[in-house]
Amino acid sequence: MSGALGKDLLGLEHLSADQIRLVLDTAEPFKEISERAIKKVPVLRGKTIVNLFFEASTRTRISFEFAEKRLSADTVNVAASGSSVVKGETLVDTARNLEAMRIDMVVMRHGSSGAAKFLADRIESTVINAGDGKHEHPTQGLLDLLTIRDHRPIAGTKVCIVGDVLHSRVARSNIWGLLKLGAEVAVCGPQSLLPLGIEALGVQVFRRVEEAIAWADVLNVLRLQLERMQAGYIPSLREYYRHFGVTVERLEKAPRDLLILHPGPMNRGVEIDSRVADGPHSVILNQVTNGVAVRMAVLYLLAGGNPELAEAAKGGSDR
Amino acid sequence: MPTDERQLLLDERAFARTLHRMALDILRQNPDPDRLVLIGIQRRGVELAARLASLLAQETGAQVPRGALDITLYRDDFEVIGPRPLVGPTHLPVKLDGREAWIVDDVLFSGRTVRAALDELADFGRPARIGLAVLVDRGGRELPIQADVVGERVPTAGGDRVEVFVRELDGRDAVEVVRAGRAAP
Repeated sequence: MSGALGKDLLGLEHLSADQIRLVLDTAEPFKEISERAIKKVPVLRGKTIVNLFFEASTRTRISFEFAEKRLSADTVNVAASGSSVVKGETLVDTARNLEAMRIDMVVMRHGSSGAAKFLADRIESTVINAGDGKHEHPTQGLLDLLTIRDHRPIAGTKVCIVGDVLHSRVARSNIWGLLKLGAEVAVCGPQSLLPLGIEALGVQVFRRVEEAIAWADVLNVLRLQLERMQAGYIPSLREYYRHFGVTVERLEKAPRDLLILHPGPMNRGVEIDSRVADGPHSVILNQVTNGVAVRMAVLYLLAGGNPELAEAAKGGSDR
Repeated sequence: MPTDERQLLLDERAFARTLHRMALDILRQNPDPDRLVLIGIQRRGVELAARLASLLAQETGAQVPRGALDITLYRDDFEVIGPRPLVGPTHLPVKLDGREAWIVDDVLFSGRTVRAALDELADFGRPARIGLAVLVDRGGRELPIQADVVGERVPTAGGDRVEVFVRELDGRDAVEVVRAGRAAP
């Protein structure tokens, strides 16, 4: 089983620009399905998909589940807290047991970077990474790209990722995807929350959010995980907002209107001003809508296809 | 060396005449144009539906709504050949319930595309009736499906191709049949 994207979707780092464009172009017609009265097409009928979430997630899990159901797949949700994982079962054993029940795909969220690849190397089923540690969150990267592309061509657009880049898998998937499609990419945040040597990827660094706002066409504002304060990365949330908060006052000084993205869930008044989050240039809810379409496209492109049967069936179809 | 042989089935004038006859045939079967909706199958069916709609407007003065259907996600060969690129959007301008809906496509062959279109339309509503209008019926049905309005019938063998060209996409209106070359004995 290997289609245009290969067996698995583990990250955007190893996809080509053409593969990324294929997902975005495929997502386009999938948007319409969610606007129908009957929001369902039969294409993945009979496929079984397990959503294996070892970390808390609402948005991503529900978005995948809607995408799967709208393509008519059968789905099962496994949350780590209620599963045999708490009894000490290893990741591979859990997955092999699921595979013994004849599944086709696993969508996995896991706290360890590299967990998705680890699993993909050991099971036959297709693995889709729904976030692994600080590594990648490819479908979030893709839906961010789709949302930007809805408003402007990605090539040449200046995108700044603001906030906790160090711990962010969303930032990594965004950086890979944006650079491959020809955007200019920058990051901005406290020095303690920017990875060392990130410039080597071809990314600019801004120390002050005002500079980032003056430069960028698009801001992707990351969630500041509240635990970071206890761990000593930042002195306080108020201090963070004062220096790095994306506020109306700061945006008003920008030479042009900026498109505002946020992967959610938001901490209003920490990384983003409520008036910005709900303002005219926020596309945060468009991101959520696009998330379902992008995930439908990914599931569709990774599913099915049997080359031997295709050979046998030649000549039988319309065109 | 087997060589393919290309035959012209409809030239520009015959193409126009055929479409006109098809429009009249649709009207004969559905005299009330206000209840009609034409649904073209991506790709060339969409252009043909647009042509038929403007011919119907000329004949009756009524604007017949037209939509587009991409049946890729309803195909019965996904398990076999896997995902294909989607070729275009699905867009239905009006509620189908109670309408006389006409599926418009360029070539009718196995009937599997029409089967998929019927399944997809059922997810959008319940038309009073669904008709099928095709520019070319080339035979070779694999399902019990027949068209209500046919522009031109041409018997073909499995390896032959029927190629429809429309001005909007191809710069000219024509239908050609490419007969597969038979291998030399």
